Amino acid sequence: MDALAAPADSQWPLWEVFTQEAQGAPHEHAGSVHAVDAEQALQNARDVFGRRGKVISLWVVPTEAIVASAPSDAGPFFDPGAEKAYRHPYFYKVPKGIRVY
Amino acid sequence: MYGANVETAADRKAPAPVEDPALLAEFQARIDRGESIEPKDWMPARYRRQLVRMMSQHAHSEIVGMLPEGNWITRAPNLRRKMALIAKVQDEAGHGHYIYCGTETLGVSRDELVDDLLAGRAKYSQIFNYPTLTWADIGVIGWFVDGAAIVNQTVLAKASYGPYARAMIRICKEENFHKRQGFEICAVLSQGTDAQREMLQDAVNRWWWPSLMMFGPSDTDSPNSRDLLAWRIKRFTNDELRQRFVNLTVPQAQAIGVRLPDPDLRYDADTQNWVFGEIDWAEFWAVVNGNGPCNRERLAARNKAHADGAWVRQAATAYAAKRAGAPRDGGSTAAA
Amino acid sequence: MAPDATPDEPETGAGAPVAPRIVPVTTTLGPLRPTATSGQPADAFVEYCLRLADDRLVLGHRLSEWCGHAPILEEDIALANIALDLIGQAEAFFSVAAEAEGRGRTPDDFAYFRDDVAFRNAMLCELPNGDFGVTIARQFLWTALQVPFTKALSAASHAQLAGAAAKAHKEHVYHLRHAADWVLKLGDGTPESHARVQAALDGLWPYTDELFYADGVDAAVAALVGAPVVTALREDWARTVEAVLRQATLSVPVADWTPAGGRLGRHTEHLGHMLAEMQSLARAHPGAQW
Repeated sequence: MDALAAPADSQWPLWEVFTQEAQGAPHEHAGSVHAVDAEQALQNARDVFGRRGKVISLWVVPTEAIVASAPSDAGPFFDPGAEKAYRHPYFYKVPKGIRVY
Repeated sequence: MYGANVETAADRKAPAPVEDPALLAEFQARIDRGESIEPKDWMPARYRRQLVRMMSQHAHSEIVGMLPEGNWITRAPNLRRKMALIAKVQDEAGHGHYIYCGTETLGVSRDELVDDLLAGRAKYSQIFNYPTLTWADIGVIGWFVDGAAIVNQTVLAKASYGPYARAMIRICKEENFHKRQGFEICAVLSQGTDAQREMLQDAVNRWWWPSLMMFGPSDTDSPNSRDLLAWRIKRFTNDELRQRFVNLTVPQAQAIGVRLPDPDLRYDADTQNWVFGEIDWAEFWAVVNGNGPCNRERLAARNKAHADGAWVRQAATAYAAKRAGAPRDGGSTAAA
Repeated sequence: MAPDATPDEPETGAGAPVAPRIVPVTTTLGPLRPTATSGQPADAFVEYCLRLADDRLVLGHRLSEWCGHAPILEEDIALANIALDLIGQAEAFFSVAAEAEGRGRTPDDFAYFRDDVAFRNAMLCELPNGDFGVTIARQFLWTALQVPFTKALSAASHAQLAGAAAKAHKEHVYHLRHAADWVLKLGDGTPESHARVQAALDGLWPYTDELFYADGVDAAVAALVGAPVVTALREDWARTVEAVLRQATLSVPVADWTPAGGRLGRHTEHLGHMLAEMQSLARAHPGAQW
């Protein structure tokens, strides 16, 4: 109980905040907040990012839970995807006047 | 803003680590291509250090800046001004918040940043070490100080470090109301009673020169500037930004019939600049080094808030620790 | 003493050459004229609105004193948010009062140019902020009533009043969520936080009785526009509050005195000082525009 009687004084753990600005839009990364738990993170995110009324939904995630690709992975992870033209509509030629969606 | 990136003698003495020239060259090439540097990217140690200092000074400035303006919240003369001022000071907290979070991406915790400020190790914009003596000061701060900030900020919105640039874009969007609020207060005072007009002129007399000092001394004295410019953290020199601010502000002063306390101020048709008088840099350095009118009070106030709040922060931490391992349930509270 | 000298005791006429005129006890000085604290308002509806508005102006002002001094940056932002909401609500209720009164007074006139005896807030709102525990406890106790109260008021038949109440209700729901969460964290945090928030609750509890004060004003407005009478909400309030306190491992205090009078302009000495500061600049330049 000693650790609880006098816990370390900190600025609290970091959470990342994602906001949705309109119906149907994706949640986008807005920034971060400090909070001790999810309820507090939601409230702090609402106060920090929602003051100007352009938020209709919020996600908060502990920063440590985010797994990111490393910059050094960029080549093998992403370059091949950028070079596969057959995944894109423009690769395929269709006679003029015919609509194929 | 508050990008007067103040270096102390200690900063200049810090050893410059030797970086791999190939990595440095590729880093510079990325910057030159206009790319954003993100938290996990390789960056020179000096770049990281400069950014930590610049961003933390900026964040500290926002936080300390809440105090001189907060000084008039309880005496704001009508409900509209009261709400606008609370909202402005709240924005300053919010802006400090964005920038602290951006600084944390560089590997330093907010705990360390707060400790540095409270211990007097960190710098913040010197302008907030002046007292707000009348309501007109609130208008003039919005006009001059936020005005100066905007001159700097729009540039920082394109800074090379992604988290800083993104924080600055958010801040720029919110900052416009601050300057307009300030200038509107001044415009109304300038059309008011004799006492109000005198209050305004008095505030202008006291805040003009310190506002010019916000941009920092001439860069010719600063070896860091060259790197900051090359790394796209800075795009214009201190003198260029100061001149831009003066050129914007003089016509505004004329529009509301306020005189700027500079007998040497004159328009140069050749350069299209408003040429101004000599700045007293001794005053600037005295204030930066801790001997301005309010340095001690500002730090004391921040230290008191922090000390008085320790039991609160600890309570929250203890509460969460007791529940660690329980399923997170973000949507409900006892009183929902 | 010489006969024409001033008597030692002028009021009794002792030593005077002429006997004093005695006024018979049955003669009165006329009917009681209403004063700011006599409890006889000119207009019940206006009075009702001022009670709502003054609570919010005074409490909002108190919260704004925390700006730049809160325990952590996130709370500077949160408390400022609540202060702004409350002052905005005050302005809305002052507008309803001004419109009904029809004397051309504005919300600023009500806020800045009335003396403290004319204010109609509950005393709980004007008490000094104390530490964060006192501020949170006060916010929790007061807001726990405002949520159901403004919900009921938003059904009133007076459109402007109901509209202001509906907007306020949404804000109060969020404020209560914030305050209740903090009551839990402080009550069930550390031994120190528990002791501080319990002490805060013990000190504030007696002032909660006044939140349920109702008189002819409430009855009149209930009859006029279907506004709620606050006494009907007491049981639910007590249940809500007690549930949170229990969950926070706190004890429900027992009041050994019940101060009241704020609704009739009889305040604590704290309000005078608060208003002296709040109104000082506006009053120093009467008639000036800002």
